[in-house]
Amino acid sequence: MDTVLDVKGLKAYYLMKYFGISREVRAVDDITMSIRRNEIYGIAGESSSGKTSLIKVLAAAMRPPLEVVDGSVRYHFNGEEIDPTTASKEDLKRIRWKHLSYIMQGSMSVLNPVRRIERTFADFAKEPLGLSGPAFRERVEQHLSSLKLPPSVLRSYPHELSGGMRQRVTIGLATVCHPEFIIADEPTTALDVVVQKEVLSMIREIQQKMGSSVVFVTHDMSVHANMADRIGIIYAGRLVEEGPTRQMFFAPKHPYTAHLVASLPRIGDTTQRPALEGKPPNLADPPPGCRFHPRCPLAIDKCRTDVPPLETVDTDHRTACWRWQDVRPLDGAPTGKMEAQL
Amino acid sequence: MTDLLEIRNVWKRFPMGGLLSRAHIDAVQDASFSLTADKPEIFTIIGESGSGKTTLARMILGLEQPSEGEILFKGQSVSRNMNREKRLEFMSQVQPVFQNPFEAFNPLKRIDRYLASTARQFLKTSDRAKIDAAMDDALQKVGLSLKEIAGRYPHELSGGQLQRCAIARALIPNPPLLIADEPVSMVDASLRMAIVNLLRSLRDDFGVSVIYITHDLATAYYISDRLIIMQKGRIVEMGDARVVLSDPEHPYSRLLKASVLSSEDAGQGKLATNPDMVAEANRLATMPSSRLQERPDGRLVRTYEGA
Ligand SMILES: Nc1ncnc2c1ncn2[C@@H]1O[C@H](COP(=O)(O)OP(=O)(O)OP(=O)(O)O)[C@@H](O)[C@H]1O
Ligand SMILES: Nc1ncnc2c1ncn2[C@@H]1O[C@H](COP(=O)(O)OP(=O)(O)OP(=O)(O)O)[C@@H](O)[C@H]1O
Ligand SMILES: [Mg+2]
Ligand SMILES: [Mg+2]
Repeated sequence: MDTVLDVKGLKAYYLMKYFGISREVRAVDDITMSIRRNEIYGIAGESSSGKTSLIKVLAAAMRPPLEVVDGSVRYHFNGEEIDPTTASKEDLKRIRWKHLSYIMQGSMSVLNPVRRIERTFADFAKEPLGLSGPAFRERVEQHLSSLKLPPSVLRSYPHELSGGMRQRVTIGLATVCHPEFIIADEPTTALDVVVQKEVLSMIREIQQKMGSSVVFVTHDMSVHANMADRIGIIYAGRLVEEGPTRQMFFAPKHPYTAHLVASLPRIGDTTQRPALEGKPPNLADPPPGCRFHPRCPLAIDKCRTDVPPLETVDTDHRTACWRWQDVRPLDGAPTGKMEAQL
Repeated sequence: MTDLLEIRNVWKRFPMGGLLSRAHIDAVQDASFSLTADKPEIFTIIGESGSGKTTLARMILGLEQPSEGEILFKGQSVSRNMNREKRLEFMSQVQPVFQNPFEAFNPLKRIDRYLASTARQFLKTSDRAKIDAAMDDALQKVGLSLKEIAGRYPHELSGGQLQRCAIARALIPNPPLLIADEPVSMVDASLRMAIVNLLRSLRDDFGVSVIYITHDLATAYYISDRLIIMQKGRIVEMGDARVVLSDPEHPYSRLLKASVLSSEDAGQGKLATNPDMVAEANRLATMPSSRLQERPDGRLVRTYEGA
């Protein structure tokens, strides 16, 4: 299989000092994964589990106090190997937008509030696209229209656009150069479901046309269901399960995944969904053994002391659970057999 | 009987494309509805991206003036002629939670200081212990604690933590009306349910009314009493949330419901929308003459002249 990104044993911590006392938040703690050419890889997980931190390392957007303390990250762009954590500014500038592009969570911040959208596009995309004047303008307008945005947004300032329009503008920026590798952190949370579907289709179209890779984070499991080829689940800084989309939904092998895919109500459903028992783990002082054990219905003594390794349980399917053979879908979980009920 | 909130034929027009241009957009067109004072409710606004939901919320909060029409809070006009004291009083009663927690907080200001200044302003006290207690109380309601966030800056918290802080901040003055603009779009499923249940308990246990703006039809169904659906500045359908969502009548409402992605389809990549439904919804949005018509089940649906 043609690997574009290799992550091995990655640990990235926030290393902080408060009044002389150092404190570390182990946001990414020993993650090993690889992303292939021509695939969409979805990442889900609890709030504060380290998804954005992981993404920042991968996207070369890491800032202190976040530091890589162990492991490696390698991109393979047509024969060239690049480590985003150590690459020079020049190298990064060269690959940014054309090879590697990153849509940040709450991505307003790439849009300069005192610059019209057209200026921002010119700043970022003109050079990599190698177009100028009317040709550049035409390409950008065309691209925006595939995101259901009228050309008039180019003349607007960010504050004149709605939340969803701004989000689409940043997706437009990240995709206009048709990059080989797209990293997106919550790219469609501010969109209505009609536009969301269209934007997701557009991203997938570019991905398929270019054979590129997309890594994206979202809490919306139904987006993962319809967008991802493979899904990775992060819990407390660790990858706890990874597998092909259907298997993750219909035959999860980690109790946290089982909870996640069953957790949202559907329209027409007013029964209370069980929230996960217990508090989210503290990444400055994570529980020993399996980090999920304090909240896990299947936990046994071994789980409290021994860290479960990420084991291969089926083709492409890995899980980190001592009791994976006993994991069953929860009540209310999708079965894949029901008519999509609406 | 006075209403808690009354929106009377409200319009908002923005100029578009720079100062010299004559172009404009009617971000909100002739919106009317009201919330009664004696029965707290969760009133939901769903609709197209760019359809005027946030603009409407900002007008209710007095952050933006209607171009036409009037907004009354407890019988008093929100928008004009409020002196500083009245304005503060009003602000303590109608509290916002915004769409993007990353934009809601000043990145250079510690979260606890931010909450403390809110507490100081609205509780009119500078007693440290009282302020801390009010902050901790509000944070506990959203599943956090003062201890957890003390000394931290917005970028040190995750999206979910930040959004819960934003809700906690809004709860500090115990407002009767909360305006929550997409409060759950950035949090995980468990937290999403926790926050939505929190809104429900604010209504049921503390008598707080909530205007809940969301793109998530499932949670809208789950907690709302009534809802409106907006398309390009217009309300196209309004009524009992469950009645409308179970069987939407307006073509745009139907398109919305049909576009909800389902986990039942996992792995099938179902991202296609029905082009006929999209075309019909778009066509109606451009029709100049229309009005809301009442149906036997009590809902209002926009109908078009010559459609
Ligand atoms: N700059 C920072 N300094 C210190 N701690 C941080 C910083 N940024 C994030 N953290 C902490 O690291 C942990 C992981 O945060 P991260 O933003 O990666 O979570 P996430 O999985 O993306 O969450 P969400 O789904 O809410 O966006 C959290 O406990 C967060 O508080
Ligand atoms: N300050 C402003 N100046 C000019 N136009 C504006 C301004 N604020 C909003 N608009 C326009 O008004 C329309 C409605 O925007 P609004 O933010 O209310 O939409 P929304 O329904 O909240 O959308 P979303 O779901 O994407 O958040 C949009 O076309 C937007 O571009
Ligand atoms: Mg995040
Ligand atoms: Mg909005």
